Amino acid sequence: MRFGIIVFPGSNCDHDCKYAVEYLGHTAEYLWHADHQDLTDYDCIIIPGGFSYGDYLRAGAIARFANMMEQVRKFAEKSGLVIGICNGFQILLEAGLLPGAMQKNRSLKFQCEYRSMVIENADSPFTNTLDKGEVIQLPIAHGEGNYYIDPEGLSNLEANGQVLLRYTTPTGEVTDRANPNGSVSNIAGICNEERNIFGLMPHPERAVDSRLGNGCVDGRKILESIITYRTEKGGVQC
Amino acid sequence: MFKIELKVMPRKGILNPQSTAVKNGLKAMGYDNVDNLEMGKFMEFTIKAADRAEAEAYVEEMCKRLLANPVIEDYTYQIYQVEGE
Amino acid sequence: MLTVDLQEKLAFNGLKFEEYQKILDMLGREPNDLELALYGVMWSEHCSYKHSKAQLKTLPTQSECVLQGPGENAGIIGIGDGMAAVFKIESHNHPSAIEPYQGAATGVGGIVRDVFTMGARPIALLNSLRFGNLDNEHVRYIFGGVVAGIADYGNCLGIPTVGGETYFNKSYQGNPLVNAMCLGVMPVKEMVTGSASGIGNPVMVVGAATGRDGIKGASFASEELSAESEEKRPSVQVGDPFMEKLLMEACLELIKTGVVVGIQDMGAAGLASSSCEMASRAGTGIELDVALVPAREKEMTPYDFMLSESQERMLVVPKKGCEAKVKEIFDRWGLNAVVVGQVTADGNLTIKEDGVIAARVPAASLADAPVYHPESVRPAYLDAVESFELSQVRIPETDEYNDILIELLASPNLSSKAWVYQQYDHMVRSNTVVLPGSDAAVVRVEGTDRGLAVTTDCNSRFCYLNPYQGTMIAVAEAARNVVCSGGKPLAITDGMNFGNPEKPEIFYQFRESIAGMRAACQALNTPVTGGNVSFYNEHSGQAIYPTPIIGMVGLLENIEDAVTMDFKDEGDLIFLIGETKEELGGSEYLSLIHGLETGQLPELDLNLEKAIQQTVIEAVQQKIIKSAHDCAEGGLAVALAESTMANGLGAEIEIEDGEVRSDAVLFGESQSRIIVTIAGKDLNLFMQICSANTVPVQRIGQVKGDELKINDWINARVELLKLQWQEAIPCIMSQR
Repeated sequence: MRFGIIVFPGSNCDHDCKYAVEYLGHTAEYLWHADHQDLTDYDCIIIPGGFSYGDYLRAGAIARFANMMEQVRKFAEKSGLVIGICNGFQILLEAGLLPGAMQKNRSLKFQCEYRSMVIENADSPFTNTLDKGEVIQLPIAHGEGNYYIDPEGLSNLEANGQVLLRYTTPTGEVTDRANPNGSVSNIAGICNEERNIFGLMPHPERAVDSRLGNGCVDGRKILESIITYRTEKGGVQC
Repeated sequence: MFKIELKVMPRKGILNPQSTAVKNGLKAMGYDNVDNLEMGKFMEFTIKAADRAEAEAYVEEMCKRLLANPVIEDYTYQIYQVEGE
Repeated sequence: MLTVDLQEKLAFNGLKFEEYQKILDMLGREPNDLELALYGVMWSEHCSYKHSKAQLKTLPTQSECVLQGPGENAGIIGIGDGMAAVFKIESHNHPSAIEPYQGAATGVGGIVRDVFTMGARPIALLNSLRFGNLDNEHVRYIFGGVVAGIADYGNCLGIPTVGGETYFNKSYQGNPLVNAMCLGVMPVKEMVTGSASGIGNPVMVVGAATGRDGIKGASFASEELSAESEEKRPSVQVGDPFMEKLLMEACLELIKTGVVVGIQDMGAAGLASSSCEMASRAGTGIELDVALVPAREKEMTPYDFMLSESQERMLVVPKKGCEAKVKEIFDRWGLNAVVVGQVTADGNLTIKEDGVIAARVPAASLADAPVYHPESVRPAYLDAVESFELSQVRIPETDEYNDILIELLASPNLSSKAWVYQQYDHMVRSNTVVLPGSDAAVVRVEGTDRGLAVTTDCNSRFCYLNPYQGTMIAVAEAARNVVCSGGKPLAITDGMNFGNPEKPEIFYQFRESIAGMRAACQALNTPVTGGNVSFYNEHSGQAIYPTPIIGMVGLLENIEDAVTMDFKDEGDLIFLIGETKEELGGSEYLSLIHGLETGQLPELDLNLEKAIQQTVIEAVQQKIIKSAHDCAEGGLAVALAESTMANGLGAEIEIEDGEVRSDAVLFGESQSRIIVTIAGKDLNLFMQICSANTVPVQRIGQVKGDELKINDWINARVELLKLQWQEAIPCIMSQR
């Protein structure tokens, strides 16, 4: 399986993503933002976290105009799998590939900690090895993860099963206290209607090696879902 | 040449955490009479254009593409003609 | 002769008359204004260490692992597998007092550049912070600003901030301390230094453009400036972490190509210090033309260019003919890379403006500031400290201890610092093994199974009450923390923060502190590889407590040996290695509960300390240690409580009620004590290791239930203790 990881000036989880993919025995390659390389041969494109262009103006606002984002758009139009993590999620929102927008955390502080979240929809290329209702733990590390979408947009997301991850208590209750940043409806991750583009604030790539941090490896399941999906598709672009 | 003064504000009705924090700060200092506080961005730049209409067209395009995020922000601007080529 | 004009010039440049005479002797002529300014900054305390140099020279700097000792941008130690660890601590106290956010942010920026300058990729940041009491609104503002500044800068760089310490004491009310430490790693063979060797090699300025930042308002020449130009000159440097991230990536990429002869950060005194230090290290000269330096502002003078402290810039000497390669890499990252001059054989620093010589002085003379041996007088307050009688302090009733423990846990100094470290991305790069909040953080050395344990430590109240012993204790505690995380202590970097060294009582503190550090570093075989001295930390004539911060690095052969302080499993046996004596002097308990900051410090026997650390190291290697925690501020009771928090596992503790008064048993800060837990099956092996090292050890209880019970003194639900401990700082910081 071959993952492509886009590197913008200021990306800093590109390295973590490569580590996680390789840890699971697959190949990952960096793709420079300014290049025009065709992405057809990749099984999945990762837009990593970090502070592309210093998060100046708005997180992700400038990165979306990179040449490589045009390639991502084409790749996604042909049903290629795209996952945007943290800053990558912000870029996908700014690029209009996912609906909604990000604001500063309601605490106005950067927050880095492990958080619990529930799988709201297991029927996606990103969650198929998990169960609906399963509670997992992943690290978050962001200052602008306060997801906003208008009420109409929200009901569309819910109706289409596009909300994949929601912040919860460790026992799976969706409460305000379990919401780390003020996101609408505790949303932690969403996909597009076609379910081939996934954006999430938590960092699955930081939770694959049990020797690190608190030992949590729930992030594997997200990456393994992608791998499972692509394997079942026979590695052929649909 | 035209000088642009651009104001980008959170869209009405959207909870803006920074505005809320500043308002609460003022209230905590005893300024109970403060309300409707909105915090946004202010930008200034010059632009070369044949006439005001062309300048305005540029600014509109730039706002829609980059300077404001229509999901959460509105923008208004003033255009002034200034000396310079 | 000392004319009024000269007097003004010298005052403006911060030079003494005898220093001026030394300059005349060196040059054999009068310096021009720019030359005098160069001596002024290079001979400032900050750049020259003129008051501390003689003392620093007495510190041990060698061991089998040291590859680069003091004198370079950062120290380097070998850590096996052909890898090296690069680390240094640096203060940014005064800028943080004026503008906490930018002051702290640029402090992080500077120390990170010092590390990647050596060719190492920064893998961890730590911050040792000191503030006044949090009941003061301004202190809360400074605290909040400093933490946010560190967070925004380090987070954007993508370097995890994994540890450090935060303490509050009134002595820092007007003068906070912000000491940032950075740790990097690299293959030994990729080591580069800040030397400008190779006559004819080009000298390049890379990174951000130069503005007038950081040229301090007081040093503006009245003849050069008008009132309106002054307002254009910000004197606080503003950090741009995005620029620094690009600069870091570009420099590391450049160093890998092998074309770099020497490279140096432009920190304090910018181009002036970087050029003369690079030349003097190599015994060469540098000739540069300031007109070629990319400028951010118009009409900058040679003075502005040489003294600007604009951030995110480096001076690079590549091999001749490789200029294009440097440009190509920096272009790709969108950064400047401009040839501004060359390395010369004449040993001079020659500064030109558009080809016209503006200054020419021997580079080595700028780096050769006078060395002072200030007067030292034992401060009178130490008499009262030494004659303090513990018997005058009331021993609490048994039923008071629960509340006292809670009060200690909920005090800003002992409570959870999650409010601080959760604002830092402490996991980025996927190498953080032991998270912040434990004794020492552990980060993996990428591409290997090895780990580095890192910590910063200093109990400044101890150092105030006894500078010699307090500093010994700081070194010992740092080493103990490394050991408690599963590491073997290797070397330190020191962040010395003191008042005005020209006051004999302050210099006494400094001298004693250095002596204590020397003794402890020698005994523990942890040499000093570099560091930073920050003097003049005073506010309204009141000096801070002497604060010699010890940044220590230790090695784990395998990250699977990493240990945390948290109790792991019900039924595990709890042991106390070391001895509890009747020692409450300088304790957090005495300060918080009895309002007393006095008394003789706990004893420290460095041989016993070594034996106890060796015991834990051996037990870790046998993989029988399930948790380990140093007994520090707050003593045994607080240490036990801290171990219960993470997993909500309580403990039942029985301590022999002997000759030591009960409050000293619970809250005394006797040194060389480590609480460990082991599984019952490992009891024999553990006891063998202890007796082989002849260390005192007692089984004090076991991990049990969800309450912490200590004799009939303490009986509290872990959940309650945790709540008080966790919410203390968030609660204080949510008020205005």
